[in-house]
Amino acid sequence: MTSTVELLLPLLAGVPLLIGGALFAVPGQHRLRQVAGIATLLGLTAAGVVLVALTADGSVIAHQIGLWPVGVAIPFAVDLFSALLLTVTAVLALVGAQYLIVSGDGREASSIPLLLVLAGGVAGALVTADLFNLFVFVEVMLLPSYGLLLVLSRRGSVAGARLFVTVNLLASTLFLGGVGLVYAVAGTVNLGELAGAAEDPAVALAAGVMLAGIAVKAAVFPVHGWLARTYTTATPAITAIFSAVHTKAAVYVIYRVYAVVFDGAETWQPVLLAIATVTAVVGALAALGEATMRSLLVFQMVSGIGVILLGAALFTPLAVTAAIAYMIHHMISKASLFLAVGAIEETYGTGRIDELGGLRTREPLITAAFVVGALSLVGLPPFSGFVAKVAVVLGAAQAGSALVAVVVLAVSALALVAMLLIWAGVFNGKRNAEVERRAAVARIRRREGLLDDDAVDDATVEAEVADALERNDPPRGAVDDDPHDHRGTRIPVALALPAVQLAVVVVALGLGGELLLSLSQTAAAGLIDTGAYVEAVMGR
Amino acid sequence: MSLALTIGLLIGAGVFLVLQRGMIRIILGFVLLTHGVNLLLIAAGGTARRVPPFDGTDAAVAADPLPQAFVLTAIVIAFAITVVMATFAVVGRRDDDTESDDTVGYDTVGYDTESDDTAGDDRPDGAARGAAAASRRGETR
Repeated sequence: MTSTVELLLPLLAGVPLLIGGALFAVPGQHRLRQVAGIATLLGLTAAGVVLVALTADGSVIAHQIGLWPVGVAIPFAVDLFSALLLTVTAVLALVGAQYLIVSGDGREASSIPLLLVLAGGVAGALVTADLFNLFVFVEVMLLPSYGLLLVLSRRGSVAGARLFVTVNLLASTLFLGGVGLVYAVAGTVNLGELAGAAEDPAVALAAGVMLAGIAVKAAVFPVHGWLARTYTTATPAITAIFSAVHTKAAVYVIYRVYAVVFDGAETWQPVLLAIATVTAVVGALAALGEATMRSLLVFQMVSGIGVILLGAALFTPLAVTAAIAYMIHHMISKASLFLAVGAIEETYGTGRIDELGGLRTREPLITAAFVVGALSLVGLPPFSGFVAKVAVVLGAAQAGSALVAVVVLAVSALALVAMLLIWAGVFNGKRNAEVERRAAVARIRRREGLLDDDAVDDATVEAEVADALERNDPPRGAVDDDPHDHRGTRIPVALALPAVQLAVVVVALGLGGELLLSLSQTAAAGLIDTGAYVEAVMGR
Repeated sequence: MSLALTIGLLIGAGVFLVLQRGMIRIILGFVLLTHGVNLLLIAAGGTARRVPPFDGTDAAVAADPLPQAFVLTAIVIAFAITVVMATFAVVGRRDDDTESDDTVGYDTVGYDTESDDTAGDDRPDGAARGAAAASRRGETR
């Protein structure tokens, strides 16, 4: 059984890449692209679940590509940590694709193929055990991302995409330089052969250059500033997918390299701890100053990455368990929130907190999804955030860092304030007087394929507003000046559904917290004691 | 030593160019940066103590093929990304915030070379729309 699975490992990256590439060749076939895209991502999800089941006992599945001898071949290796992340990213890519399709962006000829190439790159980055190959897969992830940002930038904006390319290319170049240095001092880039190699200060320095490059991609303080300026320029689905994929893949690399090459060396603990806590605090504070929902959530994400990295810094079994559980929770909750505010932005034509209001009574589905996601992010029961955050606090306390535990709690309080900002501005309060007009302009622009800077004729807008007010009948008993007037623009159910689906997953993970924690525990054990991973990579 | 100096020179010049505002200069900066890193990869193979692998060369001192394979891959990737960045340089002029006031001379892509950002609203199509869009954004944000 396992030997067959081993042989199939390269397909995790290969199949999405091949299908994605082939779909570029059929620009006219919307339906075919969408079906093939969804089917591929479903397959990737299924493969992820199978791998989780196979590695749940702590075993590692490894394959030497091309059956070359160990040391010459590029090894692929999957342990529970990679399998879990692979599954979650596949699920989120799937829901992202669903959102792309219902929001109409899936009709853009290259959006679904690019998403598949991105998924293939992520799968490759999560399973490879060779540092240079990792660089290649990170680039394979980035190239379709550049394309997605360009193709799906509603505002005709490339400023964000240019910043994204520049920052990521700089980080990649630094990473590649680090890989070169590692090869120069250690004579290998095979993770198995590099196990514990950072005892040699020269290797530690070389790997440190590599980690510095990847830290930029993970948006760790002080190199986090680019995130909010780039993720928010594309459509909401892209923000959701990128947030789940790019920064988290970078965090995965940090964990993997730190666990295998550095063996969790205590020498670096103060540095890592300082970076992680400051990232958590800075992200949470910066979120409070943002004017749009998405940029606020992006800074919250920076804060979450800080919390995730606490596990790498403390590196005790409980702390790493907590970090993995938190990472899974954070990816799903965050994507749910991004898709919820995305549906609002898509429908009402604005993401600014002060330009919306009163959605609580108008949009029950999105309100429910947002509340679940927000409370989960803060860390309240019965959502996944509660389980994960309790584990993080316990892990920090057990490792003797009461200060870190306090910081995590303070960051949660700040997250609550941030979520209340959105709640008060967008969901509570009175409807903004301009809301119908903006929604109408957004609909006209989408219908006619205009960009956000294109002017729209006033008369057309008036007609569109009147039309929307006419189309949705008021509920019985409504009066003309009713503040909760239900006429006019509403978010289509199909557009709200992706966020709601993820909210259901958030609740399920909260109620099934024991499963989440026990899987995270096994995954963490594999990172603390890398013996099994190294042996599998070395073909022993 | 000459290799190390060349790498340093390339990286230094690359960093200088990347810190400029114009997209074309950033792209050229990255070309130099990636050349520098490629040479670093070659250097990682121990060029000083190895010789070209001709027939009969002792395998112990023959050039290490692995860094060369790395460099080939890296060159291909860098080429692809340079093309992508060049695309970014010519599309979406309307929200361009990478142009500085002294754009004359290198701002040759997309519209005519005479125009620069001080020319204002009398520019034709793309450029004028860009300026108009910028002023609209100023009002709304």
